[in-house]
Amino acid sequence: MKHIFARAGGMLLAMTILCGLVYTVAVTGVGQLLFPKQANGSIIEADGKTYGSALLGQPFTDEGHLWGRIMNVDTTTFTDENGNPVLYAWASNLSPASEEYDALVAQRVDALRKANPDMAEAAIPVDLVTGSGSGLDPEISPAAAAYQVSRIAQARGMTEDEVQAVIDRYTTDRFLDIFGEARVNVLRVNLALDGILESTQA
Amino acid sequence: MNSVLQYALYLIILVVLSIPLGRYISKVMDGERVFLSAVLAPCERGLYRLLRVDSKENMGWKTYAGCALAFSAVSLAVLMLILRFQNLLPWNPEGVGGMSWPLAFNTAVSFITNTNWQAYSGEVALSNFSQALGLTVQNFVSAGVGIAVLFAIVRGFIRVSANGIGNFWSDLTRAVLYILLPVCLVMSVVLVGLGVPQSLGGSTTVDLLEPIAVDADGSVLVNAEIDTAHGTVTVDGQTVNGAQIVTQQQVPLFPQASQVAPKQVGTNGGGVLGNNSAHPFENPNPASNMIQMLSILLIPVALCFSFGRSIKDKKQGIAIFLAMLVLLVAALGVIAYSEQAATPQLAQDGAVNIIAGNGNIGGNMEGKETRFGIASSSAWAAFTTAASNGSVNSMHDSYTPIGGMMPMLLMQLGEVIFGGVGCGLYGMLGFVLLTVFIAGLMVGRTPEYLGKKIGPKEMRMAVLVCLATPIAILLGSGIAALVPATADSLNNGGAHGLSELLYAYSSCGGNNGSAFAGFNANTPFLNISLGLIMLFARFVPMTTTLCIAGSMAQKKKVASGAGTLSTCNAMFVFLLILIVLIIGALSFFPALSLGPIAEFTQMIGIG
Repeated sequence: MKHIFARAGGMLLAMTILCGLVYTVAVTGVGQLLFPKQANGSIIEADGKTYGSALLGQPFTDEGHLWGRIMNVDTTTFTDENGNPVLYAWASNLSPASEEYDALVAQRVDALRKANPDMAEAAIPVDLVTGSGSGLDPEISPAAAAYQVSRIAQARGMTEDEVQAVIDRYTTDRFLDIFGEARVNVLRVNLALDGILESTQA
Repeated sequence: MNSVLQYALYLIILVVLSIPLGRYISKVMDGERVFLSAVLAPCERGLYRLLRVDSKENMGWKTYAGCALAFSAVSLAVLMLILRFQNLLPWNPEGVGGMSWPLAFNTAVSFITNTNWQAYSGEVALSNFSQALGLTVQNFVSAGVGIAVLFAIVRGFIRVSANGIGNFWSDLTRAVLYILLPVCLVMSVVLVGLGVPQSLGGSTTVDLLEPIAVDADGSVLVNAEIDTAHGTVTVDGQTVNGAQIVTQQQVPLFPQASQVAPKQVGTNGGGVLGNNSAHPFENPNPASNMIQMLSILLIPVALCFSFGRSIKDKKQGIAIFLAMLVLLVAALGVIAYSEQAATPQLAQDGAVNIIAGNGNIGGNMEGKETRFGIASSSAWAAFTTAASNGSVNSMHDSYTPIGGMMPMLLMQLGEVIFGGVGCGLYGMLGFVLLTVFIAGLMVGRTPEYLGKKIGPKEMRMAVLVCLATPIAILLGSGIAALVPATADSLNNGGAHGLSELLYAYSSCGGNNGSAFAGFNANTPFLNISLGLIMLFARFVPMTTTLCIAGSMAQKKKVASGAGTLSTCNAMFVFLLILIVLIIGALSFFPALSLGPIAEFTQMIGIG
């Protein structure tokens, strides 16, 4: 009996060194060497400055910016070294079949119609009135982006075609044209609209 | 149309990949040479020498079970200590504190039982040391234990008048070294390339393009005018006292890709980050999604084919595979339909566009990521709960009532629709024995399987394998429902609240680990009771399976004759499906009708 536990302990130690230490360090080394950008959070850089992660959604309310998914924002979990709140987000985990949810979506529909008066007649793409799985979804559907084009164009004094062209540049198709969904990266579009990302950069 | 194509291709690619892998696994576990032997055989021998393991020792079932239980017990103790005292250990760049004892117990149980239920969020609660040297290690070895036990019962079927069913230490070593580690090494590097972070440096922050203002409680202030130079916030011309301006966003960085790979391949499912594979870092795009989703079911499907090859009757493996596939496709169909149809509450009488097409995703997008849409989220939900994986790429709590009931039902069926690595198939073998027995009763034949007579002892054990999950889930959730404090853990009211509770116990009782994640499971009562349920649901079927293996090995083979019930024809597949459904559905119909089914009828009533 005693030697079974000794052997179990030895086996666990060996596996910890192999699958915990050696494996993790090896993958980190190879990953950092081959894919330094991705391995460190896909941070967008332009002219030596950093502008957020291409993979993490940010909240937008400016009329001249493209808006993303509804974010269930959390500013109390993380703080910086000076104690200032740092933004993160989580899923809502709400049931989409409750009366409370009904009222919540109605409010969102109202707000979006007010902000996009030219589109008052159009049905709103579902991803604009729903929270995502992570709360940090960086993307919206092409339909959700198109819904906002006239608002952005008016706020910026651009033509709708110009705005749509920027959106198109940061739209990614389905993987192999089949898997997942086509989507628009909200932060990249806004950085391009602000002139920070080159509008020719894909 | 596209979504049907996605579902079909996911299934086809899965089966095409798992056939050769099944052959490879069978060779490895039968001790044959494989193409990796040139590199790995010396490592394997070195390890045995170091640990003084005699790999030729042929263990009886009691020794085999003793080793498996001892290894799990030592793992439990060590992991619990790591989590409790992670604040004193190195590799802790965020300086996170130690877990409380109940949470450390729950988490350690969860990872050694291949469940990966998580009552915490990794970005807040864990150090790199705990993630890499604690949880990642268990992601490998708990899956290895499952594969080992499966092949012990395989040997029980093929050996004649024998006492031994193999060597636990060499089964575990070979499963990890030849199967799990090589697959995960390749997969994790590919995942880094696709955008999953892999860093030991700790988390960082980035600037927000549009700073936001929050009040003293952290609620976002709408229509706020923010003056960053003076640090003041005004709403409608009035200065808001105590308001704070948020200019930074958290970027959680961990050795992530290296843990995501074994999390999927070993049907573990525990995310590095709280939102699991819905988080854009854990699963950045449809390509990474496809790799992760297929790897959830890859080994469980492959093991059906390994089983057929190892018992030298491939048709038996294919029969079990088909029974599982039918149930998976049926569940997937219901989820996909329900989620694409969405709810009247979301559709708002046409104000919201829930119809797919022309760049619109449509369907119930609450809790789902844009890049995955309905098809890749529904397929994942079916795969992860059919396998006892439990990772999610969308929030099951926000599924439609029926769409959310199916993942729950897949877990309640006992995690035998492919199920966990190893344990899914040995659980299904329990149902196979039950089916053989019932079919034998109906036609008056002596029950036998693979040429071995099934006696009363094996039947008692098989019933325990089949009923462990329903007992664990129903007893657990029944007791929890009587505890008044449980109500405080619910995120939604009414019938959906009951679904959250039922889902939690189904997940732990099925060793799955996914959640209706609004449910706050981090209370001492829930941590300890769910922990005990996970231990019961893992080790009762495992020990009884090994007992069956031991008594099967001792039996003689009987020659099959005209009176033998075929266990590889369509009739048997149909009977097996029926038995799984009867046991599962009848056990859970009352509970489900108070939760998701009640919510569905309410939803229709409003609509």
